[in-house]
Amino acid sequence: MIKLLVVLVVVLGVIAVAQLARVYELTHKLRNKREEHISHANNKFNAGMMIVFLALFFGFFAYLIIEYGGELLPVAASEHGVLVDQLFTANWILIIAIFVITNTLLFYFASKYYFRADRKATFFPHDNKLELIWTVVPSIVLFFFIFFGLKTWNDITEPASDDAIVIEIYSKQFDWTARYAGKDGKVGQSSFNLISATNPLGLITTQAVEEKIQELDQSILDLEDRLANDVQGDNLEEELKAKLERMKRHRIRVLDIQKGNSKYDDFVSAKDDKVVKGEFHIPVGREVKFVFRSQDVIHSAFMPHFRLQMNTVPGMATTFKMTPTITTDSMRTITQNDEFNYLLFCNKVCGAAHFNMKMDVIVESEEDYNAWLSNQKPFVASQAEEQVSEEETNTENQLAEN
Amino acid sequence: MAAVAHAHHHHEETFISKYIFSQDHKMIGRQFLITAIFMALVAMMMSVFFRLQLAWPGEKFGILNAFLGDKWAPDGILDKNMYLALGTIHGTIMVFFVLTGGLSGTFSNLLIPLQIGARDMASGFLNMLSYWFFFASSVVMIMGLFVEGGPASGGWTVYPPLSALPQAMPGSGAGMTFWLVSMVLFIASSLLGGLNYIVTILNLRTKGMSMTRLPLTIWAFFVTAILGVLSFPVLVSAVVLLLMDRTMGTAFYLSEIHIGGEALDFIGGSPILYQHLFWFLGHPEVYIIMLPALGITSEIIATNSRKPIFGYRAMIGSILAIGILSFIVWGHHMFVTGMNPFLGSVFVFTTLLIAIPSAVKVFNYITTLWKGNIVYTPAMLFSIGLVSSFITGGVTGIILADSTLDIVVHDTYFVVAHFHIVMGLSAIFGMFAGVYHWFPKMFGRMMNTKLGYAHFWLTIITAYGVFFPMHFIGLAGSPRRYYSYTEFTMFDSMLDLNVLITICAIVGAIAQGLFLFNFFYSIFRGQRAPQNPWRSNTLEWTAPVEHIHGNWPGALPEVHRWAYDYSNPNHDEDFVPQTTPLKEGEEAY
Repeated sequence: MIKLLVVLVVVLGVIAVAQLARVYELTHKLRNKREEHISHANNKFNAGMMIVFLALFFGFFAYLIIEYGGELLPVAASEHGVLVDQLFTANWILIIAIFVITNTLLFYFASKYYFRADRKATFFPHDNKLELIWTVVPSIVLFFFIFFGLKTWNDITEPASDDAIVIEIYSKQFDWTARYAGKDGKVGQSSFNLISATNPLGLITTQAVEEKIQELDQSILDLEDRLANDVQGDNLEEELKAKLERMKRHRIRVLDIQKGNSKYDDFVSAKDDKVVKGEFHIPVGREVKFVFRSQDVIHSAFMPHFRLQMNTVPGMATTFKMTPTITTDSMRTITQNDEFNYLLFCNKVCGAAHFNMKMDVIVESEEDYNAWLSNQKPFVASQAEEQVSEEETNTENQLAEN
Repeated sequence: MAAVAHAHHHHEETFISKYIFSQDHKMIGRQFLITAIFMALVAMMMSVFFRLQLAWPGEKFGILNAFLGDKWAPDGILDKNMYLALGTIHGTIMVFFVLTGGLSGTFSNLLIPLQIGARDMASGFLNMLSYWFFFASSVVMIMGLFVEGGPASGGWTVYPPLSALPQAMPGSGAGMTFWLVSMVLFIASSLLGGLNYIVTILNLRTKGMSMTRLPLTIWAFFVTAILGVLSFPVLVSAVVLLLMDRTMGTAFYLSEIHIGGEALDFIGGSPILYQHLFWFLGHPEVYIIMLPALGITSEIIATNSRKPIFGYRAMIGSILAIGILSFIVWGHHMFVTGMNPFLGSVFVFTTLLIAIPSAVKVFNYITTLWKGNIVYTPAMLFSIGLVSSFITGGVTGIILADSTLDIVVHDTYFVVAHFHIVMGLSAIFGMFAGVYHWFPKMFGRMMNTKLGYAHFWLTIITAYGVFFPMHFIGLAGSPRRYYSYTEFTMFDSMLDLNVLITICAIVGAIAQGLFLFNFFYSIFRGQRAPQNPWRSNTLEWTAPVEHIHGNWPGALPEVHRWAYDYSNPNHDEDFVPQTTPLKEGEEAY
């Protein structure tokens, strides 16, 4: 009944609109000609408002600078960051000048030349000289900005030196993990195929490969069992079968890792890597090369205090190098904030908890850094020290078998 | 001509052929406008909803619960996923449905035949299809708001893998599929419209209407249509490949992903590929939005300054330059994706080049005002507003175009401020200017001037109040698309600004009620329009006020001069319509 009423109302509404439109059509034919003029008072009011608005606008700008100018990012804490800030300063001078001058001219002219019946506008359709000037001058100014911008960009993006400390920053929904090289000085290889609860970065070690194969074998058996019995619902059965196929393919990929002779080194180099969460440390004055990887979706590693940002892309490693120049303690003095910490946080929307995906960064002296790093446990803590030789033989045997 | 005039008498239109499946460009323009106004209201409501959360994170708002229900706003607290969805759909609707479909669809359709002196578009049928594809895509987009899992929510750029994997977020489920299907329909609409505009402008100009006598509106629509026709197909491919990744197990954009406790099969795809394809449209899209607004403004500023637009040929040149350059700058959206740094350098160079034609346009607008005799119609106010926002938003583009500086401000609120001012505000101002200016042409009545003034001043003050402080928030390092900033002490000092922004947003949203009332009231009750209310030169004002098929009774008007003979010293009146023959000894400009 209610539905019927709704339909009735809609139909009546449409008819009403149609009738209105027809009335509109008919009355339309009786139009009379009357010129619409904007009155002198209206023009004057708006001309005055132009100046009022301009004053308000610039006043607001000044207020924001005074009130919030000091709350922006503090001084750059990295070598390249200083260059970035210099470029920023040059740009600010240019664009604030353009912004103020052109807005002033716009609103001033708009205010000054409002309509008066006793005068006529100046017929001024073009002026080649004037136009040439304001094409060429911006071009020259821009040339310098392009030049200095690209020079800085080249400095920032040139490859890291060989003695840079390599740190892997790994992102997933919704946290960060950092990884340092172990005693061998190499950040070992990893594969998304080996990710598990105990191996969150998918590091390639003999043990990780074996465990993954066992885990997959077990899951495949379980799933086959389940499929052998009656599965309720066609959709579910389809889904489970597809999942089974995916697992089998996954298993093949894991076996491929095991067979990969060329990756023999990787079996040992990842083992002693140090995986840290919550916070990571870097030494002041040393070049650091970050290698970014992602497990699931695109994230972005943003460390604004160091003027550093790089997306982390699944299936592709990205890098950024920098040399921190101010320790956390010094920055606490500079910002007069005892709680201050450098932060790494996510700057590419990645899901519901995107807004809370962060990690502390501690910059400290090289001695403190070394002490901190040696306190971190290697990834395969129980085996890294004592069983290296044994593991190597095992691996060799296994490879021989395959 | 007699045959055409004769045919009119036999076309007694039915309601359906006149108001629904109309092939008349004036009606289609109005259909686009009304649909766009509806979509804009939806998008505006959404922005107010997420602004509430940003200013008062975790507060309870009954209105959120009333609109979004217990699932998405339990107890009136906005859900995290819904927050992202609101931002996504707000962006999508504003960029595509309001400022592309709404702006181009309305004014290209209304003005192209009328200003070039044609009876209608080259193909009225394709034009009708263009609207109905647009309508269908709007319907699908709105339907996508109501599905299980919520609407698409990976940001309006919907980068995969986030948008490709339903496991990644609820919004990447059915809502995302609706989004993609809607975009395919939208692009079909845009292509049908664009082809029509190009063909019409090239072939159906009336006698004497050479390309260098076209009003700048038409030049802007022309270049816009070319941009759309060349770039939208690339977005189709991006969208279709994404649909295939989602449904058919392909891996164009996906590689080495472990999610939901499972290592996925996909190997060898690249999420960066999607970004290249997306921004290959995405950047021209900015100018697809901007150019019509700039064209409309050129026309309105010249008419109401009672002065020729300064540097007509330079204006055409800068429209063309912006159009061409817009195809080779897309990489500036991707400086920090890990793209080769050298490639980044190239995009820095091309992007900063765009500043030159843009600067030329601004200087020319300002010079047009200089020593003018400015009539303050509401349309003129919005046009001046556009020039201001184009400057204010444009200058920060110099920073974002510089890859070095972009490292610090990429994806922060600084970007949000930049593009909302330079593209959002400017284009919306251009659209309002166009509606106020051509309302008499569209509906045969005048809009109320005083309400228009109130609407403009409230809008520009609140709009700058919303977007200007965002520069500061961004420079403090605040990322965009954050549900709240309470997890970080470093952003605490910016909370006041977020409150100010939200208050401005609410006042600004309410101020749009003035426009809505004025618009709908004036359609039925506005003062009747004279034929040429703004004393303008262009051809549309030589057509009768009441709409007829074929636009002009009898012969088409003949053009003898350019569109900008305002305050020409050879004439007593301060305007000389394009149909006025040259005087003895007068030289055509």
